[in-house]
Amino acid sequence: MFVVYFRDTKINSIRIILIMDGKKELFQKLQQDILLMQGFKPVSSVKAESIGLGEIENSFPGGVFPKKAIHEFITILPEHAAASDGFIAGLVAVLMKNGAACVWVSTSRRLFPASLSLFNVEPERIIFMDVQSEKDVLWITEEALKCEGLAAVVAELNTVSLIESRRLQLAVESSGVTGFILRKDGNKTASTVATARWKISPLPSENEDGMPGLGFPRWQVELLKVRNGNPGSFVLEWAGEKFKEIKKAEKQTVWPDLGARQIV
Amino acid sequence: MQRRFVSIWFRQLLADWQLIRRPELSGVPFVFAAPDHGRMMITGVSSLAFSFGVEVGMRAADAKAICSGLEVLDDKADRPRKLLRGLGEWCVRYSPIVAIDEFGMDGLLLDVSGCTHLWGGERGYLEEIVSRLKSKGYTVRLAIADTPGAAWAVSHYGKITPLIRAGGQVDALLNLSPEALRLEEPTLAKLKKLGFSQIKSFIGMPRSVLRRRFGEGFLLRLAQAIGTENEVLVPLQVAVLFSERLACLEPIKTKVGIEIAINKMLESLCKRMQAEGKGLRTGVLTGYRIDGKVVQVVIGTSGATHCASHLFKLFQLKVDQIRPALGIELFVLDAPKVDDVEMPQEEMWSSRPGLNDQSVIRLLDRVAGKVGQQVIHRYLPVARYWPERTVLNASSVTEKPLSAWRIDKPRPTELLNIPAPIEVMAIIPDHPPKFFIYRGVRHLVAKADGPERIEREWWLDQGEHRDYYQVEDEQGGRYWLFRSGHYDGEQKYKWFIHGFFP
Repeated sequence: MFVVYFRDTKINSIRIILIMDGKKELFQKLQQDILLMQGFKPVSSVKAESIGLGEIENSFPGGVFPKKAIHEFITILPEHAAASDGFIAGLVAVLMKNGAACVWVSTSRRLFPASLSLFNVEPERIIFMDVQSEKDVLWITEEALKCEGLAAVVAELNTVSLIESRRLQLAVESSGVTGFILRKDGNKTASTVATARWKISPLPSENEDGMPGLGFPRWQVELLKVRNGNPGSFVLEWAGEKFKEIKKAEKQTVWPDLGARQIV
Repeated sequence: MQRRFVSIWFRQLLADWQLIRRPELSGVPFVFAAPDHGRMMITGVSSLAFSFGVEVGMRAADAKAICSGLEVLDDKADRPRKLLRGLGEWCVRYSPIVAIDEFGMDGLLLDVSGCTHLWGGERGYLEEIVSRLKSKGYTVRLAIADTPGAAWAVSHYGKITPLIRAGGQVDALLNLSPEALRLEEPTLAKLKKLGFSQIKSFIGMPRSVLRRRFGEGFLLRLAQAIGTENEVLVPLQVAVLFSERLACLEPIKTKVGIEIAINKMLESLCKRMQAEGKGLRTGVLTGYRIDGKVVQVVIGTSGATHCASHLFKLFQLKVDQIRPALGIELFVLDAPKVDDVEMPQEEMWSSRPGLNDQSVIRLLDRVAGKVGQQVIHRYLPVARYWPERTVLNASSVTEKPLSAWRIDKPRPTELLNIPAPIEVMAIIPDHPPKFFIYRGVRHLVAKADGPERIEREWWLDQGEHRDYYQVEDEQGGRYWLFRSGHYDGEQKYKWFIHGFFP
């Protein structure tokens, strides 16, 4: 028999629940309850369409890639930015399947539109907004995240504060547009309300049978922070058409430094 | 409706204007003169100077000899037009369509169809204009007729009555001299030579004869005066079809107040536009302040719309630019540019998301309103090889790509605007480098693909071709490098980095 304590914020008191051994259903029920209290809508009975990330999706609550959320990417070096661009393009391709458009906001954009077609994205359906100031980027990002006709919004920012990220999260929750933020500062301790924090770094590619030349782009995908999920590290390859997982990362969970784990 | 036109002729436009400005000149004969071929030619004469025999077109030196104590003032080339524009804008009170008389550049032409009864008939109307202008100091001659040509003729040369009854323009013209037809100087000289001193002596002649002798322009002027040919007046102020006014009892000073005013005007404007199936493309909000200043903000939409809430959001972005100062007493909302609205069929079929989605178009409008249209880019493929030129900015949201995007050649996701020079070490010519140094970091090349040679588009610019290599360093970073130019003994080639692969 277990005794589970947890604090119910609604009535602001500690609840004590006794659980009989082997009652896994109850466990699941409780987990669902906790998620609900933390603002996660229950996943519909039909499993949502997979985003194509394979094993990585199991890191998220309910085993589903959260679409109504802000995803944050740490990109300090241009190599990271290029890898993140590719990774995001692969995700956006799935999000844009229904024909919706995508907005890409930046102050210093280097993304080459023609390269996106290699990731199944139609570059003409991406609207680029190249503005002068960070303030404008934030304003446009918030407005775009409120726009229900879009599939995704990608914003390149140097830094984003807690309040700003909270505003973005609120916009996402009402519209259901997926937000991607490419953060250029390495300041991991800057806490934001992003649902997931990623770091994509390039890995040496491998060709079959030791053929010369470059293989498919291969990345180290580090999931530094996931709300109500399990952070982890994975090796992923863009195999021409879709993501392909190379090998399962070691079973041990990667615990990044305390700051990155901090959930706000 | 019977069309009626008024011609106002300012007999001494410049002189009258000068007297209003400088009343002390009333007892002094003065003229305006402008340099022409190295001498001063008279362009305007005051009535006092005229009585001495000074005329327009004389040399200033001759005029001074005729009339002692003559004051010669400098004339500016565009002054009459400026004066007429100001007077024309004042005359909008008499008719919405006021045009400058381009032929003589000393009068105004008014389309007064359906306006005269407001002043108790045509006589009262003309008397009102004459007395008002006279009280200001302008001497004018007026005439009203069915055509601008006839009105002009009678105002300048008529001797009997300025009121030409409907259909009576031919009779009124018969006894006038040919100058009344607004003809060019050579034509007038020809007419004089042939002894045509009055219009009635040639008006009955066959058109073919007149055309052969005097040209098509002559016939056009004649027809415009008689009324068989239409003459289009170019109005000084284009009347806006969709416009709303809101006068306030108390001057408005606050942001909330301005927003309420905008909302109120938009509501009725959008209702009117919806009834006619039109949508706003450009909107101008003008606020008249109590200190006499005018504040204005402009919005634009990428597609015609009559959705009040959307338009309000666009104005809301600009409200901060309105400076009410002591208060705004009158708001005017104009829609100078409207288009037909494509009726959305969202109600019947669920709309397909995409670039045409209403919410996306509204987002683009808001961004264009706040930050500017120039920040929005969308790229289409171009069938070219030079990497920087393979994409082109689309001109509109709906423009479709003409060719497919190429995916046979690898292209980096991050492309540098300007290729950055790097230091390399390549052992064998035409092989990828062994290592390269970019921004002080040494990258050892582990794998490489290439070269892919891209030639310059010689019809656009000169320079060396580029040999592109796709390389991967030991850490896994993938780069796009190129060598500009051939390997040869003179070491003219250079290495650059141009992008980062995912």
